[in-house]
Amino acid sequence: MPRHFSEAVLVALLAGLLTVPILGIQIQVEGIHVSLEGNPAPVLLAMAVVFLLRLLQVPLKAASGLMHITRRFPLPTHLPTAYRPFLLALVIVAAAIWPFTASRGSVDIATLALIYVMLGLGLNVVVGFAGLLDLGYVAFYAVGAYGYALLSMHFGLSFWECLPLCVIMAATTGCLLGFPVLRLRGDYLAIVTLGFGEIIRLLLNNLDHLTGGPDGIGNIPKPTLFGLEFARRPSIEGGTTFHEFFGLDYNGADTVVFLYLVALVMTLLILYMINRLIRMPVGRAWEALREDEIACRSLGLNPTVIKLSAFGFGASTAGFAGAFFAARQGFINPESFTFIESAIVLAIVVLGGMGSQIGVILAAIALTALPEIARQFAEYRMLIFGLVLVLMMIWRPQGLLPATRPRLELPVRPEAPQ
Amino acid sequence: MLEFSQQVINGLTLGSIYALIAIGYTMVYGIIGMINFAHGEIYMISAYIGLITITALTVQFGVENVPLILLFTLVVSILATGAYGWTIERVAYRPLRGSPRLIPLISAIGMSIFLQNYVQIGQGARDLSMQPLISGGWRFGPEAGFQIYLSYMQVLIAVVTVIFMTALTLFIARSRLGRACRACSQDLTMTNLLGIDTNRVISLTFVLGAALAAVAGVLISLYIGKINPFIGFDAGIKAFTAAVLGGIGSIPGAMLGGVILGLSESFASAYLLTEYKDVVAFSLLVLVLLFRPTGLLGKPEIEKV
Repeated sequence: MPRHFSEAVLVALLAGLLTVPILGIQIQVEGIHVSLEGNPAPVLLAMAVVFLLRLLQVPLKAASGLMHITRRFPLPTHLPTAYRPFLLALVIVAAAIWPFTASRGSVDIATLALIYVMLGLGLNVVVGFAGLLDLGYVAFYAVGAYGYALLSMHFGLSFWECLPLCVIMAATTGCLLGFPVLRLRGDYLAIVTLGFGEIIRLLLNNLDHLTGGPDGIGNIPKPTLFGLEFARRPSIEGGTTFHEFFGLDYNGADTVVFLYLVALVMTLLILYMINRLIRMPVGRAWEALREDEIACRSLGLNPTVIKLSAFGFGASTAGFAGAFFAARQGFINPESFTFIESAIVLAIVVLGGMGSQIGVILAAIALTALPEIARQFAEYRMLIFGLVLVLMMIWRPQGLLPATRPRLELPVRPEAPQ
Repeated sequence: MLEFSQQVINGLTLGSIYALIAIGYTMVYGIIGMINFAHGEIYMISAYIGLITITALTVQFGVENVPLILLFTLVVSILATGAYGWTIERVAYRPLRGSPRLIPLISAIGMSIFLQNYVQIGQGARDLSMQPLISGGWRFGPEAGFQIYLSYMQVLIAVVTVIFMTALTLFIARSRLGRACRACSQDLTMTNLLGIDTNRVISLTFVLGAALAAVAGVLISLYIGKINPFIGFDAGIKAFTAAVLGGIGSIPGAMLGGVILGLSESFASAYLLTEYKDVVAFSLLVLVLLFRPTGLLGKPEIEKV
């Protein structure tokens, strides 16, 4: 115990040394006059927390031993196959009925959550299945969003006409970037995609005549239901709005519910496609490549083509979500497409468990809903977020709901033949 | 020609800063093969520590001797930032040793986000500016025409950078620990088997990298006189570009890469458009990785089964 105690004291002193210059002393600038102001409370708090954590390390270790057990026996994520279609239908029906009973604000947040679900699912294919770390995922999201905004502004195309075009644009961008880049090793790929994401954002910021620069693009039309607009009055002469067509009173909440339902349908479409793809040879190849590239090569698979397909599919999903994002916001600017956005999507994938779709969906919902619930901690949101990424990598790198894969292993014989 | 020389001066100044940061990336990568994504934030933190120390000395204690202030600030900043480097390695990377490559990288991204927001909470997100400690400089050229301006600060940056680079090179080449560092970068397992505490060497690498980033941070806060919690991200990526350009894992490469990047950025903002200088830096990164992933002075890495 004395050894633990002295170590704890040392660690607490280190914590003090680290926090004093950042949290303990604050620079006050008034005009040209600069002064320093002491603020000992957070430093003492940090020292106390670190001291206690270090002192109680042994009991905490014992507690984390319990976590080991849960790791070895993962939560039962697999239901008996017979119930699955039934349960799935139930969840979908519930998700479709829910917005009619919920408040306008929560439906709006749910729509945002669905956008992140789409992004998470798309990135999950790239990071989770194919094992390619893409830190510039937001670039393809931006391509989709700006693609829709520009196409509708210059050519007057509707959301539904633009959607496939945006997907094609994002996929093309993904393939153009991916083709030369995917030969690189994993961590180089991460940095190149990060650089690419920044290039796209800088271009959006600086090509003023095309993208409106930092001011962005406004007045982006919302999706329509077979040509019926959700507005008080039709925006074009002779058009019909939704409430006029059905003889209802105008209700602003209709738009919100409609957008939610569109997002839900889009999410289900993506989910369906991914679930088909991962059972097809190309999907199997993604996972095989992630596990062992050299083995894949020797079995005659072309790594570049396989990586490109995963990368392109991920990009097209981001473009799909991006077009919807632009339509929902009605206004976009480069601020929505910063690196932090990529990091949030990556965190969704990592938290949910790479390769686990149900995990990614739940993580996306949690990461969008939690900041809304805990608004008083908004200042600390990204701080906690960064910390969670680190802690997850240390304690549970496979995610909260890790993907379970069917596998067969040879039984280990107790007496190995000599 | 005169404007060109001016851009060379500006580029070399910027390049020295990038080179100092790039060494941290290249040494860590050379030994444990991970991209220390949080390294840019270390540099940002050191700029804050430098600013606080200078303010404390000049405003609270009224010290007026400029060399003394500089020396003291550098020492404090190096010590405190070195402690950050050590702690980050200990907390966020050491537990992950031996896991797949992506795991420590994601942890480093988390650490980077954490540090950025930690400073933002502690010191606020706004720009902090300071009075220049060292002002003035020399002018060359015709009285009426374009004059080359070489400020004392630029000279100081170059001199300090050269001093620290020389010290590092001597340390790596001559000292026992430097030899251990080189051994670790060749074969970590074998070095361990030969009785060298590799964990200690890895910690030392992080501390050295952080110390050089601290020098860069102090110099930049004196040179530009304006810092905010977001300067680490851009500087980090650019320094990483410099490290890759020179050949990641090679210390002379990082120095060379830093200078090349500084020069190209300075020329880009002079002869192209200022807004596109970052685009030039990132494009350079993408192009180098595509056409010469080993960089200018790097050795190719052979992947074995």
